[in-house]
Amino acid sequence: MLERTKILLLASLLLCGLASWGLGGISPYYYDILIGIGINIILAVSLNLVNGYTGQFSLGHAGFMAVGAYASSWLTLTFGYILGTHATGTTFMYVAALLAGGIGAAVAGLAVGIPSLRLRGDYLAIVTLGFNEIIKGIIQNAEPLGAQRGLGGMVQHTNLFWTFAFAAITIYVVLNLVHSTYGSGFLAVRDDEIAAEAMGINTTKYKVLAFTIGAFFAGVAGGLYAHYKQFVHPEGFNFLRSVDIVVMVILGGMGSTFGVVFAAILLTILPEWLRAVSDYPWLPEWLREIAENRMILYSLLLIILMLTRPQGLFGGISFSKKRA
Amino acid sequence: MLRPIFLKALAMLASVSAVLAQDEIVIGEFASLTGGSASFGQSSHKGTELAIEEINRAGGVLGKKLKLITEDDQSMAGQPATIVRKLIAQDKAAAILGEVASSKSLEAAPICQQNKIPMITPASTNPKVTEVGDYIFRICFIDPFQGTVMSKFAQSKGWKKIAVLTDVKQDYSVGLTECFIRDFTANGGEIVREQKYSSGDKDFKPQLTSIKAAKPDAIFVPGYYGEVALIAKQARLLGIKVPLLGGDGWVGDSLLKVAGNALDGSFFSCHFSADDQSPKVQDFVKKYREKYGETPDDMAALGYDSAMILAEAIKRAGTTEPEKLRDAIAATKDHDGITGRITLDAQRNASKPAVIMTIDNGGFKFLETVTP
Repeated sequence: MLERTKILLLASLLLCGLASWGLGGISPYYYDILIGIGINIILAVSLNLVNGYTGQFSLGHAGFMAVGAYASSWLTLTFGYILGTHATGTTFMYVAALLAGGIGAAVAGLAVGIPSLRLRGDYLAIVTLGFNEIIKGIIQNAEPLGAQRGLGGMVQHTNLFWTFAFAAITIYVVLNLVHSTYGSGFLAVRDDEIAAEAMGINTTKYKVLAFTIGAFFAGVAGGLYAHYKQFVHPEGFNFLRSVDIVVMVILGGMGSTFGVVFAAILLTILPEWLRAVSDYPWLPEWLREIAENRMILYSLLLIILMLTRPQGLFGGISFSKKRA
Repeated sequence: MLRPIFLKALAMLASVSAVLAQDEIVIGEFASLTGGSASFGQSSHKGTELAIEEINRAGGVLGKKLKLITEDDQSMAGQPATIVRKLIAQDKAAAILGEVASSKSLEAAPICQQNKIPMITPASTNPKVTEVGDYIFRICFIDPFQGTVMSKFAQSKGWKKIAVLTDVKQDYSVGLTECFIRDFTANGGEIVREQKYSSGDKDFKPQLTSIKAAKPDAIFVPGYYGEVALIAKQARLLGIKVPLLGGDGWVGDSLLKVAGNALDGSFFSCHFSADDQSPKVQDFVKKYREKYGETPDDMAALGYDSAMILAEAIKRAGTTEPEKLRDAIAATKDHDGITGRITLDAQRNASKPAVIMTIDNGGFKFLETVTP
């Protein structure tokens, strides 16, 4: 079983390489959207480990993303010159910075998780929300990180390959973890915490672990984002960004990796597609005018989806379970 | 796997994207039409729209009509980069206009620079924006200038002791504060108290109480209108009677609605005043009122000027070729705009006059024009 998943991972990595090579010439706008999709997949799948599989409601994912974005940017900006402009050197530096950003976020996740994961439900949501604001507040007052002016000047290292390679790794790690014997603990914590504890599962340990791993990948996503947009601003990691990611998880279906990936893709494309709709010449005028208020339309679609499928698009359907 | 299906969908999306007519020059605009800074974004957009309409009514430029394509960035970080890529790659914009907020312009500027598409920001005052590269221009003055203007003004009033209340969440406010303090202390003034707040705060009494104890001659509050109105009200409640000083962030619909008479006798610098009696300004105000039924503010005037300067540059360049257009914009000299005579310097910043306004009996009043 393990062999097959490993082959799948290698195959998707290969596909990332091919796609990156083959899609180099597409419109920068579509490239931008594709990168956005990749980053959102990482964020949504990693949050799904916490919110979906382990059943803890975290509202601070953008905070971890900020830690990763700023940590990795600071590293490449400060130490980037050491390895010069040689392609291998800078790529190495970049990947090292991404991982360091991830580790930084994981440490932050650990620091928040240990005291706060004794809380449940709404209380945990409030603590993670508070953490998000604290991170933002720290960055806003940290002069070396550009404070309120934002941090820019990073070299654009992020491309399709790295984005989707990390997305594939995220999916691989999360799927393998929750389908392993050890990982059943996550599901047990979600399904019935008291029963799980009675069975001898260290629920706090599992929660902290999910939190830390989730934070790690959010940090990596932050690093990818920073090295693509080349400019980060504390307002980009606010509460609304966290909610965006939560919406992807809920819409896709809590605890369904496939659904969450689908939702991440859908919710990245939809707002941009609605931008284009108002330009379609063959649409009647009144329809185009409606499409111009695209954020209302976007919200409306979300409401309809949630009313018709409260468990999420793919909630309760798990494609990967057949394998296990 | 998912990816191939998705790529197909994307290709389809590409094929149905709008077909552009050849006899038009596309101008891309990115603005915050919704979200936190929508009030600014809407104004600058309306000003830009009015300018483009006027140009087209007069026959366009180079025998072609200008087509303005506006995209909303929802006041959200991350959006400007995506939108500007769309405007450049999909809509084939010859030039980009936007944004009011410096943090949004800073995100878009590297992309315009990399694609060698000229970008003119109407109102981003952060010095860093035009430092990004030689394709990035601005037609407003920069933060240091407003700090200098207000410091000069305070000295001309004979004030020696000033307290400062800064919005640490806004780079704009931090920038103005730095320049104000530098100039004011260099000329023998004294900053008696420095206090901070964050956008969105509602209670400023602790900071104001501390400021009151320092007995300043005036308080410099270079924040945005929402908080400034509350600060003014609470200052008066605490018995602080000295005037408040500020910058163009004060200009907003709700400032006087919320503050009432609390700001009477205060002063701020800005780009433009609808009370200015010069025929050029009055003509603009009339046209704007006719179209939108409201009085134009700073951002509207700047949006208008940015589009006019761009159109003029296209005319002078005789082409929309990026390099020639860039040189033509850079050569802008003594453009007779709504916000004063605009000349772009070697750093691609505008050197132009500022307007000092006062608030009297719950209304704005034009006081004087200060040239650099």
